[in-house]
Amino acid sequence: MTAQQIQIKLFARARELAESDLISVAVSEGITVASLRLAIAEQYPQLKPLSSQLLIAVDNAYAGEDQTLNEKQEVACFPPVSGG
Amino acid sequence: MNPDFILITDKPIDYAAVTERVRSNECGAVVLFMGTVREMTAGRQTVALDYEAYPGMAQQMLQQLISEARAKWPVHAVAIEHRVGHLALGEISVAIAVSSPHRAQAFEAGRFLIDRLKEIVPIWKKENWSDGTSEWEHKEIKTN
Repeated sequence: MTAQQIQIKLFARARELAESDLISVAVSEGITVASLRLAIAEQYPQLKPLSSQLLIAVDNAYAGEDQTLNEKQEVACFPPVSGG
Repeated sequence: MNPDFILITDKPIDYAAVTERVRSNECGAVVLFMGTVREMTAGRQTVALDYEAYPGMAQQMLQQLISEARAKWPVHAVAIEHRVGHLALGEISVAIAVSSPHRAQAFEAGRFLIDRLKEIVPIWKKENWSDGTSEWEHKEIKTN
């Protein structure tokens, strides 16, 4: 399997912990959302305080854990929401 | 024509303009909900709030919620504005206006929209407390 880089937009406390609004995670092709979580935890340990709370969105919708990802999709990662 | 209106903005919300967007001769009821910046929370004093949004996804999620409301109630029009940036005490963080033929439907749809907005729309609030500390509020989420 070839490696690819997935760009991930970060928001709120995730953005502050990573000190960036965009991170790049090295993953193998066809990775699932569940595996992406593990890759994020490994490559960005500063996000650990949020770990299990982090939500993943793909192309502006909440992603299922089994969903597979590619470089063309817009991926975002953020804590539980608190608008209103 | 789709009469619905959604805006994520860093400008102050004109709630009268939001309300005017949904008024119609077909409707006997207009309900407006506003969220405003509260000073006291569980004994702690807020001096300001900072709101951050993921604008593209917030727009999509709000559109989805309006579609869900339309499937449940005979809603004529919905207008939603959510503010981002730095808000002082008393300022309006969100305004939701709903019009429908009768009042019960407008109240119920408005309640549904603000409750679901707080659960799934990607917007975050940071409290700036009077003791000089600040913290993001992160609630648990239901995505279905």
